[in-house]
Amino acid sequence: MESSLATPPAAPPPGGPQIPSNATKGAVEGSATWRLSDRIGLAICWALGLLFCAIAVAIAVYLFIQGIKYLKPSMLVTPAAAGFSEGETGGFSDAFVGTLIVGVMGMAIALPAGIAIAVWLVEYGRPAALARVTESTIEAIAGIPSIVLALFGTVIFSNTALAFLSRSNEGVVFGRSFFAASAMLSLVALPLIVASVREGLHSIPRHVREASYAVGKTKAATTRRILLPASRPQVATGAMLGLGRIIGDTAIIVVLLGATQNFAPVGGNFPFNYLRGAGTTLTNFVYEASPTGNLNQPQKAYAAAFVLLLMVLALNGAVDIIHRRARKVGTWSS
Amino acid sequence: MTTPPPPIRRLELADAPPAQVVEAPVHSDSSLPAAPGGFTGARRSIGAPQFSIRRMEIDDVSVSYANRDAVKGVSLPVRQGEVLSLIGPSGCGKTTLLRSLNRLTELTSTATLTGRILLDDVDIRLIEPTLLRRRVTMVFQQPNPFPMSVFDNIAYVLREQGSRRQRKKALEPAVHSALDRAGLFEEVKDNLDHPALKLSGGQQQRLCIARALAAEPEVLLLDEPCSALDPQSTQVIEDLIVKLRDDVAVVIVTHNLQQAYRIADHVAFMYLGDLVEYNSATALFGSPREQRTQEYVSGAFG
Repeated sequence: MESSLATPPAAPPPGGPQIPSNATKGAVEGSATWRLSDRIGLAICWALGLLFCAIAVAIAVYLFIQGIKYLKPSMLVTPAAAGFSEGETGGFSDAFVGTLIVGVMGMAIALPAGIAIAVWLVEYGRPAALARVTESTIEAIAGIPSIVLALFGTVIFSNTALAFLSRSNEGVVFGRSFFAASAMLSLVALPLIVASVREGLHSIPRHVREASYAVGKTKAATTRRILLPASRPQVATGAMLGLGRIIGDTAIIVVLLGATQNFAPVGGNFPFNYLRGAGTTLTNFVYEASPTGNLNQPQKAYAAAFVLLLMVLALNGAVDIIHRRARKVGTWSS
Repeated sequence: MTTPPPPIRRLELADAPPAQVVEAPVHSDSSLPAAPGGFTGARRSIGAPQFSIRRMEIDDVSVSYANRDAVKGVSLPVRQGEVLSLIGPSGCGKTTLLRSLNRLTELTSTATLTGRILLDDVDIRLIEPTLLRRRVTMVFQQPNPFPMSVFDNIAYVLREQGSRRQRKKALEPAVHSALDRAGLFEEVKDNLDHPALKLSGGQQQRLCIARALAAEPEVLLLDEPCSALDPQSTQVIEDLIVKLRDDVAVVIVTHNLQQAYRIADHVAFMYLGDLVEYNSATALFGSPREQRTQEYVSGAFG
């Protein structure tokens, strides 16, 4: 079995599956001399890599085709409505805005908290026992299914002490609102942000910190002016990954934001009447509009899913730009 | 120390022609005696110090990490007007001693220090660390400019802790003068806004020296500042260090005996945490008193 990735130009492979690649001449090492099991392993890696590329491309292409076919710009500004035909049921503007709201609110909690936790773990981390506990707690949160977080959220936000965060009726607290959903969604994003920022801080050599201390700077000043700016790409990566998880989560939305397809404002001043009320997001809309959901309008589900996909792709693009900009600033030789 | 040198140094190829011995060029302009004892360093090109003021006093200092003694009872003077070089094989405690001079050893939680270090007759333990570290600044082995512009690297030192309050204009003279003292200003004056990490290695290291000088220190510590650099950049920095000795007391740790011989006025040879010998560079390299020094400078070990 020959993979053309590593075939020396002098000895072309005698048959075997030819996997197209962008191998350049004078490749590093030929696999012709490898043991059979290693060559099979390499081929499996290649096959799996291509398979997953194919799956990702298939999803993207299919959604693009469906999305372009069904998405009308008017859907983004028309709220969903009850009706008997596709023409009467409107669009998903409330879901679109809802996604933006939970994204912004979730990140407003998760980003500062995540950065703070990562800085504490890497730069302070004392007492060591508390740091270890914090680390495993963050890992545990990362492992908890979001539906469990959602159920836990209902317990917290149905508490009468937190009645001001959602609708309440005769002393019974509804517990579903943008506040409740965003708070629990921030827990979904938090572990990703912490992990990414930690990685960024760890990648800064120790002597860089010491160089800052050695000109009389405190730990706080060093963190603020040197370490966090230096790990900006990882902060951004964590933020984008976290935001992607927030706007992609469905379980918490269904449980903590409501099964409605429209905003359901409660009393209060302008932004708070909406934020305290129930609502929806694109994921919730896709779920409900899919053939298994209550709306059963697959065409609009495709359109909404397409919008969601575009948002995630935009996030990926943003990460890419930030990393490219960081490369211009350069890094230390280790 | 009668251990024979490790065999790798004596490796002889059976069929190889005998090595050609080339006479080292003789500098007739130097008044210093050639170093005997097998030491073949380049001749010193610097003159004798014009003056010397005692700035720091290391008094019976021992440093230990957990259960390992890194520095054992070392006493040394650090003087402005001269370059003091700490030499010795790896792990001999010279870097630890250097780092204890501005209390950087305290960042290692297991390190304990006994003895006294005085800066202008004040025990450094009585000086607030951030203040001390502005008076005793340090340059590291790896060039480590901060990930910001050349200008901001220096301005960072001049500004109050994490603040950004002082405007660029107000800091300009001080930044320019620090870059100038490090001999970098002419090369970067048009590119002060460029990222510092895109400079060449030698320029980065001089920027780090400029950064250390911007705090207007009394003592400048250099921890093998040239070990990551090419010979040309090394020479530029060596010339710079010699030039700086009149303004600040310079302490340099180096693995490179030739370098110590070229730039140091006084040399302290450390071995396994002990200060074996402290003497003027010409005396220590020319006629070492201790046998271990003799063996080390002649390349028998290390």
